[in-house]
Amino acid sequence: MATDPLTLEDADTPRDAARSSDRASNPASNPEAVVVRFAGDSGDGMQLTGGQFTLSTALAGNDLATFPDFPAEIRAPQGTLFGVSAFQINFGSTAIETAGDAPDVLVAMNPAALKTNLAALKPGGLIIADTGEFTKRNLEKAKYTVNPLEDGGLDKWQVLAFDISAQTVEAVKPFGLGNKDALRCKNMWTLGLALWMFDRPRGPIHDWLNAKFKTRPELAAANIAALDAGHAYGETAELAGPLRQVHVDAVASAPGLYRTITGAEAVSLGLVAGAQLAHLPMFFGGYPITPASSILHHLARLKEFGVTTFQAEDEIAAICASIGASYAGSLGVTSSSGPGIALKTEAMGLAIMTELPLVIVNSQRGGPSTGLPTKTEQSDLYQAVYGRNGDAPLPVIAARSPGDAFDCAIEACRIAVEYMTPVMLLTDGYIANAAEPWQVPDPASYTAFPATFLEQKNDGDNLLPYKRDGKGARPWIRPGTPGLMHRIGGIEKAVDTGHIDYSPSNHQAMTDARKAKIDGIAVPDQDVCLGETRGTLAVVGWGSTFGPIHQAVRRARARGMDVSHVHVRHIWPLPANLGDLLRGFDNVLVPEMNTGQFKTVLRDQYLVDARPLTKTSGQPFQIAELEAAIAKYFDGIAGNEGGEVDANLQQLPTPESGHDDGSLRPQFKSPQSEYDA
Amino acid sequence: MNDMTPFATTLKDWETDQEVRWCPGCGDYAILKAVQRTLPQLGANPANTVFISGIGCSSRFPYYMESYGFHTIHGRAPAIATGVKLANPDLDIWLVTGDGDGLSIGGNHLMHVLRRNVNMQIMLFNNEIYGLTKGQYSPTSREGTKSPTTPLGSYDHPARPAAFALGAGARFVARGFDVSKKLPEVLMAAHAHQGAAFVEIFQNCVVYNKDVFDDFAQPKGAEDRQLWLENGQPMLFAGGTQGIALDRHLLRPMVVSVENGDWEAAGVLVHDVSNRTVAHMLVEMPFGPFPMALGVLYDDPRPTFEAAVAQERAQSSAGKEPDLARLLSKGQTWTVGDNAADPVSTRPPGQGAPNADEPLT
Repeated sequence: MATDPLTLEDADTPRDAARSSDRASNPASNPEAVVVRFAGDSGDGMQLTGGQFTLSTALAGNDLATFPDFPAEIRAPQGTLFGVSAFQINFGSTAIETAGDAPDVLVAMNPAALKTNLAALKPGGLIIADTGEFTKRNLEKAKYTVNPLEDGGLDKWQVLAFDISAQTVEAVKPFGLGNKDALRCKNMWTLGLALWMFDRPRGPIHDWLNAKFKTRPELAAANIAALDAGHAYGETAELAGPLRQVHVDAVASAPGLYRTITGAEAVSLGLVAGAQLAHLPMFFGGYPITPASSILHHLARLKEFGVTTFQAEDEIAAICASIGASYAGSLGVTSSSGPGIALKTEAMGLAIMTELPLVIVNSQRGGPSTGLPTKTEQSDLYQAVYGRNGDAPLPVIAARSPGDAFDCAIEACRIAVEYMTPVMLLTDGYIANAAEPWQVPDPASYTAFPATFLEQKNDGDNLLPYKRDGKGARPWIRPGTPGLMHRIGGIEKAVDTGHIDYSPSNHQAMTDARKAKIDGIAVPDQDVCLGETRGTLAVVGWGSTFGPIHQAVRRARARGMDVSHVHVRHIWPLPANLGDLLRGFDNVLVPEMNTGQFKTVLRDQYLVDARPLTKTSGQPFQIAELEAAIAKYFDGIAGNEGGEVDANLQQLPTPESGHDDGSLRPQFKSPQSEYDA
Repeated sequence: MNDMTPFATTLKDWETDQEVRWCPGCGDYAILKAVQRTLPQLGANPANTVFISGIGCSSRFPYYMESYGFHTIHGRAPAIATGVKLANPDLDIWLVTGDGDGLSIGGNHLMHVLRRNVNMQIMLFNNEIYGLTKGQYSPTSREGTKSPTTPLGSYDHPARPAAFALGAGARFVARGFDVSKKLPEVLMAAHAHQGAAFVEIFQNCVVYNKDVFDDFAQPKGAEDRQLWLENGQPMLFAGGTQGIALDRHLLRPMVVSVENGDWEAAGVLVHDVSNRTVAHMLVEMPFGPFPMALGVLYDDPRPTFEAAVAQERAQSSAGKEPDLARLLSKGQTWTVGDNAADPVSTRPPGQGAPNADEPLT
């Protein structure tokens, strides 16, 4: 078993007890799920390779999840450890909800890619390495003293090392490319090999290459030749090497039309749908920031949907212009990531005070300050829920996956328009960049929530711009409407009239009204997405931790543990039944990629003894880590629960890509830390 | 501004029922009256007029105008106004800011609204002091200004608002002062300009920086210290006895005496509002050796930002059906199951089942 990486001894696929017993009968060439990681230099096109492999995988009908990981630098010095860019995909014939724990196959395009990703590979896994890049110079850059392909250090894995560079150059020779251009086809050669390995058609990639290089047909032809050569190599090498073809069956999915989608695409489409459901033009003000920029890129191409995009001079101007647009009757939307959201904070207060609709998308990344621009974290929850001056409540919604981001964006638009309030939508770097298959929804299946504008005075001969409806929302009054001239602003306003008023009872009344409006937002009741509604342990998550939590709970339940998975979408206001639901469990464990922020909110709101399980290494949770944490509630050892998950050598991003050797341990622990390692 | 059907109003129609809360004697009162006097002359419609301000004494302005008004946050009014204008280009926008709001905390936004050329009138009330925060020196305060934060006198070099605006790419730059009878004229010229029109208005803060502009603004001797520019007219002041000419050797302006009204003989320049080079000279012309240049210093329109945005949106939408269902199913897709429902339809979202009758609207 250990010699065949594709028997998936420890595969992180969902499987219940029945399936588990089937496993032995699963032929090695027909596994349930496979994890492949492509790693190379930033300039090697690994993200592109991964993206196209994802597409072909989706077209083959497999379920899948991906994890792109790339350096914050655009082109880090070639061949260096910190310049490695990687793309992991987990695909299979059962539901896949995480990008996979440890890869079965590692494609290493240079020594640095091998070094930074080797620790992750399963024992017995397959390494495909390009010997053409294992030069003395590249070995030195990767801090190898001897060539790892030659010194026997890779014995616990299977190695398929050959000169991909030379093979590629040979394959594209007829097209008269220079050496540099020829070598740039390497990723397509590798993709061709991977397509052969997993029995995938090349047609869609041919089409894509032809479209991509429409204006330079010689490049299209060369890339196609490289792809075909890689594919042909697989067929030949099969006779002699460790390489063999495997077939992963298509997953049983609900009937319908599917496509792959990233979180950034889903947010963009959801915003377009939301604006349409509100019957409003959309105004999107943005400022470039990783990983949020792609939303602006997508929307800039969707102008026919009544979308106006505005690249502002800074984050503050981006949100302010969006507020201005909302004031004028459009649906204002802005988007950023932590540091940019921090800059927008004062303007959020203005939108809260003037009670204008606004959607703020926060694609979270590691912080504080610039932090980890390309890595994922969930550490902006306090900022979203609490982070403004004054009593400034606003609704917060968190998407759990790329596909879910579509529905969450619509929900954010609905609440903004119906309640005249800014709404924050939280995603993160993982959701924004990762792709998953998505069943294309029918827009007609969503209920419209048309915006209404006040057209005449609402109190006899008087206009009351702050007169509230049954939901606590004030009327939306567009400038340009005859007879409804009025003034609004960030300064405290009198009840109903909106005139300047600092008087004590008025501020009390308006503060209460703003809070009551948000508290009263109709939020669906919280469901339990796996398990019973009461019992020993509830694992409560939010955002992109959905996949690993769900799989870990599924496995724990298969082993007989009384554990349930609760995943919260509405972070603020919380679902009305959540307190009672949590109190029905003996224990509440909250895994999150921060130091315990949602745990604080739950304790604050419900006085429940929610325990944190935290991870701030810029890596998503592994299923195994969560399984271990769950098991502690069932080992009979009191006080063994919760804790902190350390950085993980198996996962992306890998430690060496950031100059550390993975041996760092926290030197200082907060005296408030409730858990001791 | 926009082409609008004239709308009959009087000064009274532009007054709100709100009590004006500026200090007695504040120059803002005069500016408020000047604006309320100007708007009826423009035939402006209160329902289409929006006053947008930041934070500071001047920024309370919208509360006193019977139009639409938005009192925003410190320095950000240009960004908010840009969003308003892009969302509804038909609105006539007046931006009210001060030297602190517009040039200190909001300098960035002011620069970009001018550079982009968003169609609006920008009135910067310059009193060379922070009034609302009780008298600290501002980015336009003269060197040596004593204030709570500069008890021994300031040493910052002051910014020149008109020079800043022109440098940022403004296509209209004008100057006036609070009690000047000519202020409505300047405002009307700003309104007539299509694009971002920048007007620096010297304003007397009677509490913290009293009479700081008296050197040129006080009525006595004003004729000798004020150069009111008019397009096509010679740059004359002091009752026509002096004028501005160009020192062609040193490439700088100079004051020349005009004998017997023969300004041509004295080489006095004729003001051409579209001459950007001369505009740069005028905004930099130091008061003291020269009179204060007032009126329309520069006016040379270019296409506006909101027009470009609308045009781009129209162009990129031309011939495209905004079909959401089709958009969602874009890219490479695959179908599971033989009887899968086709989600691609031409229905608008939220309106009935497939093949349903057209919804009534």
